[in-house]
Amino acid sequence: MPDPTQPTETTEALVAPHSLRYTYKRSVGPIMGKFFTALREGRLVGVRRSDGSVMCPPKEYDPETAAALSEMVDLGDSGVVTTWAWVKTPRAKQPLDHAFAYALIQLDGADTPLLHAVDAGSESHMSTGMRVKARWKDERVGHITDIACFEPAEEGA
Amino acid sequence: MSDESAEGPVEIIQCPVELDYTYTAGQATTRFLRGVGEGKLLGQRCIVCGKIYVASRGACPIHGVPTGPETVEVSDKGTLVSFSIVRIPSENLSVDPPFAAISVLLDGSDSTFMHVLSDCPLEEVRMGMRVEAVWIPKEEWTTSLKNITHFRPLDEPDAPYDSYKEHL
Repeated sequence: MPDPTQPTETTEALVAPHSLRYTYKRSVGPIMGKFFTALREGRLVGVRRSDGSVMCPPKEYDPETAAALSEMVDLGDSGVVTTWAWVKTPRAKQPLDHAFAYALIQLDGADTPLLHAVDAGSESHMSTGMRVKARWKDERVGHITDIACFEPAEEGA
Repeated sequence: MSDESAEGPVEIIQCPVELDYTYTAGQATTRFLRGVGEGKLLGQRCIVCGKIYVASRGACPIHGVPTGPETVEVSDKGTLVSFSIVRIPSENLSVDPPFAAISVLLDGSDSTFMHVLSDCPLEEVRMGMRVEAVWIPKEEWTTSLKNITHFRPLDEPDAPYDSYKEHL
């Protein structure tokens, strides 16, 4: 080892992993709280907007009229893909460890789509308008990841 | 999730942000860390003002010039110039609160250094206190500042305010 007190022309730079961890918690409020509570029970719910349509995921206020919303609506756990993007090589923290699609999924009974992962096996199995169904985890905690992903469903399923 | 939360409505969700980087220390910090690996605290001198920076980033922040080529070893003893008592726990902290986070002016250095003060009642922590680094056993040294576990008080009179007032 060279004497570190002596000048060196070049020193090979040290490299180390550096992990930042922000341990955030989020207070979800009464409406999204009902959504997460339903997820823990293996159900999906939306909220009825001022114009009668149903928004999922639900928000506390109507995005157009700003009216406070409160009427929860039970939804199915199947729906239609309205748009999608194929992820060929997922990163470590993405929902699946093999290629999948991020998709906007309009659940049966809802008028707005929900973002989630679709495990379709291959990109050729993905299409806008395809039907998908939630694959639930056995152990649920009240988080969007209680749905492991969606998977292709038979027509009318 | 606790059993309690499994009963009632969900009010809080965990949403951690986890960022995994590969950090390259660069020439100046590498030189400093290789020194730490041998139990030495090394600084570099500004060629304009002569101030010694520990750990040097390779340039003088006042004059914007590269620091000189020579490396200067400074003491692992110094003066506590500022501190904060940390009382709020965090999963990221390796020390249990309450503890004192301190800014130390090492003897021979013109820049301060952040570390933790232990072996000292919190009500006795004060500006001007003389402190020294506590190193882990030599056979466990690596090129990491973890070689220094903490600072502890020295049995010396406090440093006069004028000796560190430029470093608050």
